[in-house]
Amino acid sequence: MFFNLPFIVAALLVILGIITMLIKRNLIKMIMGLALVEAGVNLLLVSIGYRAGGIAPIFTSAPDGVMVMPTVQAMTLTNIVIGIATTALLLSFVMVIYRMYGTANAEKVRKLRG
Amino acid sequence: MKNLVIGATVLILSLGILYAGVGLEFGAPPFTDMDDYFVSHGQEQTGGNNIVTDIVFDFRGFDTLGEATVLFTAVLGAGLAFRKRREDEDYEYE
Amino acid sequence: MNMSKIVRSAANLLFPFILVFGFYIVLHGHLTPGGGFQGGAVIATGFVLMFVAYSYDFITGCIGAESLHTTETIGLLLFIVTALVALGFGVTFFTNWMLDVGPVLNNPVAYGPNPGDLNTAGFIPVMNLAVGIEVLGALSVIVLYMLSGTKEEI
Repeated sequence: MFFNLPFIVAALLVILGIITMLIKRNLIKMIMGLALVEAGVNLLLVSIGYRAGGIAPIFTSAPDGVMVMPTVQAMTLTNIVIGIATTALLLSFVMVIYRMYGTANAEKVRKLRG
Repeated sequence: MKNLVIGATVLILSLGILYAGVGLEFGAPPFTDMDDYFVSHGQEQTGGNNIVTDIVFDFRGFDTLGEATVLFTAVLGAGLAFRKRREDEDYEYE
Repeated sequence: MNMSKIVRSAANLLFPFILVFGFYIVLHGHLTPGGGFQGGAVIATGFVLMFVAYSYDFITGCIGAESLHTTETIGLLLFIVTALVALGFGVTFFTNWMLDVGPVLNNPVAYGPNPGDLNTAGFIPVMNLAVGIEVLGALSVIVLYMLSGTKEEI
């Protein structure tokens, strides 16, 4: 029935992340939304490269069979590392903002700027 | 009013993304020429058995170079945010 | 503040095994699932385990953020220099130049499914090692910076 369940799950993850980024006012929860979007994009990339009945694209003691697409897996690897870097940088900035303003709420930080 | 705008935006975005997700077909990628070439020629051109590593470090090496640079820059930014400041240093965030 | 003696003993016991497993993933990156990024992340997990088990002052007395940052820089420099050496052999940047010169990492590969040989694949194992060192330094030093941010008061 759900023949393309991974794509639907990826779309739901992206939607949940965008909703989280739009309606939450806590900066850390907004970063969590960004991480959800990243997870959805990773799942979408890996799912696009799947062939029915495929094996991993590694020739060491490989069984016979068609191999899944390797390029999207390499791009997923890139995406994961860049996601880690940006998340760490954003969390560092949130810690600086909290020490400066005493709050991590985006609305209050905007009001305090004055 | 503001909640209405946010709700409408979320609804339109959700429907669009879900429509795109439901429309795709799982298990049969349409365009596979480049990946077929990598799988069939990767071993003789780079010598590695792991095709993903061959792509990351050989075929798409510039991609990995940019990725390593992004990681380095993120570490520099985190170090800038938490660096130790001298006593006499005048430091303001704004 | 150090954690309890049970946690410290378990961390001391697990740390060398995590290092060995991480370097296995890095060095076999061209044969088995894994590679520089994944192995570097595993090694950084071991370092973060030590950060959790011991106090911040003890950790900075032992290793320090500067040496970890230097480790990361060495990894990135090794990566770029290995790619640049290709210019010296008359081929373009990021060409797999070790396949053309010398017997190092240059055994012939049996095409198709094979048992795997560690001494193949040209400069890909060197690149794996460089990126592994870089990711190990980067992830560890990010955690150490964040830990210092919670300690220091302005």
